[in-house]
Amino acid sequence: MDSAWIPLALSLKVAAWSTAINLVLGVAVGLLLARRRFIGREFIDAVLTLPMVLPPTVLGYYLLVLIGRRGPIGAWLYETFRINLIFTWQGAVIAATLVAFPLVLKAARAAFEGVDPQLEKAARVLGLNEWSVFFRVTLPMAWRGILAGVLLAFARSLGEFGATLMVAGSIPGRTQTLSVAVYEAVQAGQDSVANVLVLITSITCIVVLLSAGRLVPGRVAQ
Amino acid sequence: MTFDVDIAKTVSSGKRHFHLRVKFQSTARRTAIYGPSGAGKSLTLQALAGLLTPDTGRIAFDGKLLFDRDSKVDVPARERRFGYLFQDYALFPHLNVRQNIAFGLTAGLRNPSAQVGGEAVDRWLRTFELSDVAAQHPSELSGGQRQRTALARALVNSPRALLLDEPFSALDSELRDRMRSELDDLLQRIDIPMLMITHDKDDLARFGEATLYLRDGLISERPAPSLLRASPSSLHAV
Repeated sequence: MDSAWIPLALSLKVAAWSTAINLVLGVAVGLLLARRRFIGREFIDAVLTLPMVLPPTVLGYYLLVLIGRRGPIGAWLYETFRINLIFTWQGAVIAATLVAFPLVLKAARAAFEGVDPQLEKAARVLGLNEWSVFFRVTLPMAWRGILAGVLLAFARSLGEFGATLMVAGSIPGRTQTLSVAVYEAVQAGQDSVANVLVLITSITCIVVLLSAGRLVPGRVAQ
Repeated sequence: MTFDVDIAKTVSSGKRHFHLRVKFQSTARRTAIYGPSGAGKSLTLQALAGLLTPDTGRIAFDGKLLFDRDSKVDVPARERRFGYLFQDYALFPHLNVRQNIAFGLTAGLRNPSAQVGGEAVDRWLRTFELSDVAAQHPSELSGGQRQRTALARALVNSPRALLLDEPFSALDSELRDRMRSELDDLLQRIDIPMLMITHDKDDLARFGEATLYLRDGLISERPAPSLLRASPSSLHAV
């Protein structure tokens, strides 16, 4: 069943990259929204949560407008670096990252808001600079909540369909991810391929969700 | 001159504004600031430690300027080298007793290991009889052990002064008396200046070599009339 493993490998690669990007971005923005008070904070939160509620096809359309060859970002990337993102697996990573971002952001913000600021103050008085306070107090206290969000984001990226199809297309072996391959298999009447793909997807997502569920309760590892 | 403070700060939460206007000088080894809750005691202590930036004024300790709005001096909390005992101790729940005590001894991005040693850590573990619980986490400790751990953590890197935020309020009355004696003995031995904020009159007799009274954000050297009525020598309660 070689034809099933190639889209799975691609899906895992795309999901891994998008999760890694979201881990950094989501933690940084989540910390900012949790700890800094500024005008428009809740508005920014709402805008960044939009990918969770908008139809993926709408997001895909936005992405095409922005990073397509004639879009402002896409044109600049092509002029400057000769980089084209449309119909590439990197384009699929961008689509998956955008769709899954709110999951990490929400989890990270909630986790950071749950950390007692008193503990950070205690660390400052004890002589630590802000980076040390973050890595030695804030992050260890919040990592469980963040990780739960990150696993959900991974599962979401793994199953991403609409935005991915619009931005990266369905080139077998190059941009055809698992969920897109299921669609193509059903369209082509290849039921046995579809069965295997669906089973693999379901099992992978169940494993991820079970791991996430174990991490949600309790804030601190003892 | 030990503490020389003259600061103002307005704190707003929603529509409520709280004006803190604190001015005092104290040369005593032990200074107590007494006031009811909500008087601005914790804000004052946090400003001294560098955890709260006053709107105006200056703070000096032992002749060294820590904060001065006019000349834009604001020494960060990490460089003020005060030992700070938080009201609920603020022990790090993810670290054991040993790691909590050793916390301030290392800079860097990594916490001390679970078996962290060193002369200072071992000495404070012994002083506070914490050697047996050194590998336990704060949630597994008794109230007294928690306070001793927090004190050891504050003292381990030889602070220039000890700032205590209602040190005994989290303890039951029996334990409170015992910990008062312990702290009293300790202060006599290590002899560093101490500033305590409290709303417990019993603390004043023991630790208020100099006592200041804080009420509604304003400081005075005389107690408010209500406190005189409720002084320990009188029998009728408040």
